Amino acid sequence: MTRKRPQPKGAYADFMARAYAMELEAVERYAQFAEQLDSHNNRDVAEMFRKLSKVEALHAKRILEEMGWPSVPALPVAFAWETPEAPETAPFESLHYLMQPWHALEIALQCEVQAQRYFEEIAAGKAPKQVREAAAEMAEEEREHVKLIRDWMKKVPKPPADWDRDPDPPRMSE
Amino acid sequence: MNAPLQAAPLTAKEFKSDYKPVWCPGCGDYSVLAAVTKALANLALRPENVAVVSGIGCSSRIPAYTSCYGFHGVHGRSLPAATGLKVARPDLTVLVASGDGDGYSIGGNHFLHACRRNIDLTYIVMDNHVYGMTKGQPSPTTEPDWSSKLAPGGTGLREFHPLVIALASGANFIARAFSGDPNGTAALIEQAVRHPGFSFVEVLSPCVTFRPEQRAWKERARPAPVGPTDDPARAARRLMTDDGFNIGVLYQGKRAPYGVPVAAKHAAPESLAAGFALKEVGA
Amino acid sequence: MHDTAASRDSVSLALAGSGGAGVMTAGNLLLEAAALAGYCAIMTRTSGPQIRGGEAAAMLRIATFPTDGQDDRVDVLAAIDWQNVQRFAAELPLAAGSVILGDPEQGQVPEVFARSGAQQAQVPLRKLAKGIADGWPNMVALGVLAGLVGLPAEALERALRRSMKKKGLEAGLAAAKLGMAQAAGLPSYALRPAQPRAGQWLVTGNEAAGYGALHAGVRFVAAYPITPATELLEWLPPAIVKVGGAMVQAEDELASINMILGASYGGVPSLTATSGPGLALMTESIGLGVAAEIPIVVVDVMRTGPSTGIATKAEQADLNIALYGMHGDAPHVVLAPNSLADCANATAWAVQIAESLQVPAIVLSDQYFGQARGVVEAPVLPQTIFPRNRATGSDTYKRYAITESGVSPMAIPGTRGTTYTADGLEHNERGLPSSQAADHLAQVEKRARKLAQFDPGEDWATVEGEGDTAILTFGSCTGPAREALARARADGAQARLVSVRLLSPAQPERLKRALQGVKRVLVVEQNHGGQFLRYLRADCELQCETHSLRRPGPLPFRPAEILAALGRLRRRAA
Ligand SMILES: Cc1ncc(C[n+]2csc(CCOP(=O)(O)OP(=O)(O)O)c2C)c(N)n1
Ligand code: SF4
Ligand SMILES: [Mg+2]
Repeated sequence: MTRKRPQPKGAYADFMARAYAMELEAVERYAQFAEQLDSHNNRDVAEMFRKLSKVEALHAKRILEEMGWPSVPALPVAFAWETPEAPETAPFESLHYLMQPWHALEIALQCEVQAQRYFEEIAAGKAPKQVREAAAEMAEEEREHVKLIRDWMKKVPKPPADWDRDPDPPRMSE
Repeated sequence: MNAPLQAAPLTAKEFKSDYKPVWCPGCGDYSVLAAVTKALANLALRPENVAVVSGIGCSSRIPAYTSCYGFHGVHGRSLPAATGLKVARPDLTVLVASGDGDGYSIGGNHFLHACRRNIDLTYIVMDNHVYGMTKGQPSPTTEPDWSSKLAPGGTGLREFHPLVIALASGANFIARAFSGDPNGTAALIEQAVRHPGFSFVEVLSPCVTFRPEQRAWKERARPAPVGPTDDPARAARRLMTDDGFNIGVLYQGKRAPYGVPVAAKHAAPESLAAGFALKEVGA
Repeated sequence: MHDTAASRDSVSLALAGSGGAGVMTAGNLLLEAAALAGYCAIMTRTSGPQIRGGEAAAMLRIATFPTDGQDDRVDVLAAIDWQNVQRFAAELPLAAGSVILGDPEQGQVPEVFARSGAQQAQVPLRKLAKGIADGWPNMVALGVLAGLVGLPAEALERALRRSMKKKGLEAGLAAAKLGMAQAAGLPSYALRPAQPRAGQWLVTGNEAAGYGALHAGVRFVAAYPITPATELLEWLPPAIVKVGGAMVQAEDELASINMILGASYGGVPSLTATSGPGLALMTESIGLGVAAEIPIVVVDVMRTGPSTGIATKAEQADLNIALYGMHGDAPHVVLAPNSLADCANATAWAVQIAESLQVPAIVLSDQYFGQARGVVEAPVLPQTIFPRNRATGSDTYKRYAITESGVSPMAIPGTRGTTYTADGLEHNERGLPSSQAADHLAQVEKRARKLAQFDPGEDWATVEGEGDTAILTFGSCTGPAREALARARADGAQARLVSVRLLSPAQPERLKRALQGVKRVLVVEQNHGGQFLRYLRADCELQCETHSLRRPGPLPFRPAEILAALGRLRRRAA
């Protein structure tokens, strides 16, 4: 589902705050994914998501440093993204308990591509120069991430067609 | 997460407990949990002043995953428990969580009467058109032709329409959310809590284990084309023709919430014995 | 008691008639007059199956000594008319010493009554009433009955002035006076004079239970109507609001029980009242109260079962469901009032135990107590409201902490630092779901320990008398049992009464002590299957010869039946 695009914010700080929020959401989501897969005994993928979470955390930290913000910036208003959640936030429904590291990277790839596109659009848009420049820089960074993940995907085994096969039926609980 | 949500003194994360969900990875209920915690943070509440009451089902596991006071009761009875709690403790913010089996089947009667009573509660039903917890049996909202072990070839029964029922029974706020949009869901829950009286938020929340085809719901869910109405007749027409995927606030009524009679001054219980005493009238 | 006229200590009266005749109004006025004159009295009622109208009878027992039981027979049966009154024959046992009063206009006394050998007398109730402007036959009958038992005219007048509206009062007074004058020509059933006493209440068991609940701190009630608990629920709304509580009418008993669980979880002592069918619906959720350790009180005003049974009559057949109805190991409290006044004490006690042990408590009242209105000594209730063991803020809070007593501090929503989830799922000390054997065992033992360590003191039973024979009973059988024992004693035979108030947790040690030296017990209960007997055998290991006197409702036990059973026991022993 899509939402109406919000009125672009003029201020550079607003833009950076948003970029920061986006990274933080990704950090948090990957960490949650790691926990979910941990509790389903899928250690490899949990580890993969923890790594992804760290990568995004570095990015977030860089924004803070660049802006000289001592702590988390205040967001002027609640905002909506074009996508249901922030462009770099992987949807909850993308997980599966038997998923493999390759799947985790596939999810991350999609997020990075979305993030790249998001920044590219701003860079090419009508925002103030300072914002456009920063957006272009970030788009470049996301592009690097995309490449990084593509390379990474080559290194992990591609899952077989029946990766989600489970010979046992689901458990019954309450 | 130290999310940049400065309006609220607490963050969504602080509304989560350190107890890890048992839900299947991919389950829509994870987003509902995220949405609930986000809404509570946005509402600037504190966990100790919020109670989350539920019945039994995958969805009903939610209370312990929050840092609020929780009540995980028996199957189908979350609304009565929440009603008693809210009447006894009107100072608390009470959220009620349920599933389509818990809320519409075994607890169906309570749904009607909770709507009718219009107590200031927020009722969140995670609807996945299936009994998840018991391994995939049809629920009241399951499509008639969905085949399962218990109903091979489908039930052949038409689906229950919770929003229409809620409207007809007197709910004061009716919204539909989609777990694929946790932020939108959070916003709807927030509005529901703010709205006085009984607020009903039906959340389409896919069961990836027993209804994997529901992953495709994200293609169908879309914002409702028109804004909320406060006219029940108009809402009824709209809900009756709705395909089940319009997301947003669909009805926002103006009924005054249920008022429990309260005495301005409290008498000592002993004074009640006057009615039994063998005294003459006026003596 | 079998006394000769003019020196009676007890008299039983019944006033029957069709709907519209006003037998209940007259009965209530007679009850009040007796109370004002200083007598003990109790009124029960019976009626046909019709919702409105149809045959009905008010049954009164008036005595010089405290009693809330029925006597062996009806001394005076008066009828304003006889239509279908024969249907009550089983409830209105007459004997040669009884008298039947009829209105000659209303035809023959029905054969079932006539063949009892009771004397017959006639009073033209209708005709006399017609002689007074706005006069009613029931008021004439009231006067006749008051006269027969020797109530002071002044007490009757006070009762009328107290209860009747201005309109009709003068006619009522005149009719009653006329009726009283008629009594002179009839056989006398005059009671020994009584002295008005202070501190008496005129109350039903249902009202008393409601009062006891509020007195003990109940401030939330959820209600779903059911005969014969409805009056308890109907007494409450204005009363609970006055003391600062709240009440909700639920959509069914599944809702009412869960409403009180929710309210009590919120820190407010809570109660509901019902009867057998409702209790059956509630059992799953009472189990939740056990598992999540939420104090609640359920008053079961027992009626004749199973299923819809006889809704308007008593039976003690819900003992099994109250004790054993829950699934799983579910220790909880069951107690039974053993007098009408005790409905207040027992309910208040139930609230206290529930609150102090954080456990559901079931109060087994019954239709007899619940709907009977009687003169009772005002019950003395505990002055303090029992404080629940509450948790205060702590980061290491464990809602279900394993403690020596089994009771752990309960956090009340709104308290910072102690949030937890009350759960019917088995849990660990923190309240988090657990399917570990060790957690289950620890929690099961904790919940059992709370009850095992509970010390009920002397309140667990009413123990009276001595001797090597004892009656073991509970609930509304206690009154007739006590009376049977009094008669036995009057004949020089000693016997004990043990009427158990606290049924669960069972008190085998205390019972053993109470029965020290007893060679034989007679277990008296009002159900067919011997539920109390089986309970005693299973949980209390009775060490003496055990006999059972039991029969199902709806007819209450009468002292002579119990006395006869005691006699058989003794003869067998001799
Ligand atoms: C009295 C009772 N009957 C049956 C069950 C078994 N049961 C547990 S959850 C459930 C259905 C849950 O379905 P739903 O409310 O849709 O929740 P979901 O798991 O789909 O989130 C059933 C039938 C029970 N726990 N208690
Ligand atoms: S069974 Fe379905 S509803 Fe339950 S946790 Fe799994 S995905 Fe969610
Ligand atoms: Mg479901």
